[in-house]
Amino acid sequence: MIAMIDTGISNLSSVKHAIERIGIPVHTSANKAEVVKADALVLPGVGAFGEGIGALRKKGLIEPIRDRVLKDRVPILGICLGMQLLATTSEEHGRHDGLGLIAGHVTRLAPTEPGFCVPNIGWCDVDPGRDSVLFPKDAERRAFYHVHSYYLDCADAKDVAATIEYSGKNVPVAVERENVFGTQFHPEKSQDAGLDLLQRFFMHLQDQGRVRIEAA
Amino acid sequence: MLKARIIPCLDVKDGRVVKGVNFVDLKDAGDPVEQATIYDREEADELCFLDITASHENRETIYDVVAGTAERCFMPLTVGGGVRTTDDIRRLLLAGADKVSINTAAIERPEFVSEAAMRFGTQCIVVALDAKRVSSGRYEIFTHGGRKETGIDAIEWAKRMAASGAGEILLTSMDRDGTRKGFEIALTRQVADAVPIPIIASGGVGNLDHFVEGVREGHAWGLLAASIFHFGEHAIHEAKAHLAAAGIPVRQTHSQI
Repeated sequence: MIAMIDTGISNLSSVKHAIERIGIPVHTSANKAEVVKADALVLPGVGAFGEGIGALRKKGLIEPIRDRVLKDRVPILGICLGMQLLATTSEEHGRHDGLGLIAGHVTRLAPTEPGFCVPNIGWCDVDPGRDSVLFPKDAERRAFYHVHSYYLDCADAKDVAATIEYSGKNVPVAVERENVFGTQFHPEKSQDAGLDLLQRFFMHLQDQGRVRIEAA
Repeated sequence: MLKARIIPCLDVKDGRVVKGVNFVDLKDAGDPVEQATIYDREEADELCFLDITASHENRETIYDVVAGTAERCFMPLTVGGGVRTTDDIRRLLLAGADKVSINTAAIERPEFVSEAAMRFGTQCIVVALDAKRVSSGRYEIFTHGGRKETGIDAIEWAKRMAASGAGEILLTSMDRDGTRKGFEIALTRQVADAVPIPIIASGGVGNLDHFVEGVREGHAWGLLAASIFHFGEHAIHEAKAHLAAAGIPVRQTHSQI
């Protein structure tokens, strides 16, 4: 079973529809017992970091998620705020601790070149980094839909799966470290490029015997 | 690199698509979910629904339209019209909208924008701004489809809304809306240059050159249009190809519908 973690602060139906489109049943839950049983976790979310991590804490989900991911090697995919929540810390409206699954700090976009806005809203070409599940080395450069004011500045460059060029800097927009995955952009809003990425991710989980893709 | 965004807008009344010419003279053009699906297939960069339902009891229809669209379309969706409370925003987001646009409610109670941004995040709060040139040559905010003046300076208002937590400004020229004469460039550029957040230019697109002007002269990277697409005059990919030919980066489409 795939559990999509409901922090209660954002809409999850688009992510659910997109994953179901590629033939994966998803169970939305904020229930600790269900999260602990899940074969894979999806952590979507929009909104502020403090509220997101606060919601996980309130539901008693932080330790169960960490245990499942770090000890039982259960795969987790964070999307948008969900990717940022994987980080060690964030500076959004004060300093917050994250899930600590990807070493790094969530920091505000600070463009120095004219024309770059915060939030960064729109379609950005995503450059694959090293060969990864989310971005295999033969993946073509495609545009994904981004809406964010902050980004995860990874401590270990090897965790960066893809970047965008933003105001002369390479900003990480996808992370991958063993069974921990994240995208800053919204695959569920990136039409075919996004559905293809989700498909790759779940094919990988299927190859590991964690999920079974049903006919869409 | 920034890419210009082509954003078709569907005006929806009582759950049906209509398009006003200067906000009167409405003409029915079909089922919104069907239309949205076509734009998704054509790889529009985003979609906007503007709910112009007048009667309170029919306002529920928009939630079904949004939910139906979100189920089938994997593209960013902005919904505006009649958004007055944080509960309206919550319901639209839960139905599947990615962003909501606030117009009159922001003028009546500017704190509403910061409250909404605090609660839902700036990234989903769009402030819609309907501006008209007044005799002094400056632009002022109008409400009620351009009929009611507020005396508020459009550029100052845009700055205030950006500072209040708006993530984006949807800027409509009431002088140009429905005229097909192109965006009101001076207005667009003044607002775009005055705020650090993205601008969506709206009102007046009548041909493909107008999109190019919106970016190059108006400094807007979001380009909203309605009738040019609705009646099949031009497809989304033609607008993008035209921008690309003018040297403006766009997301390439694969569809040739």
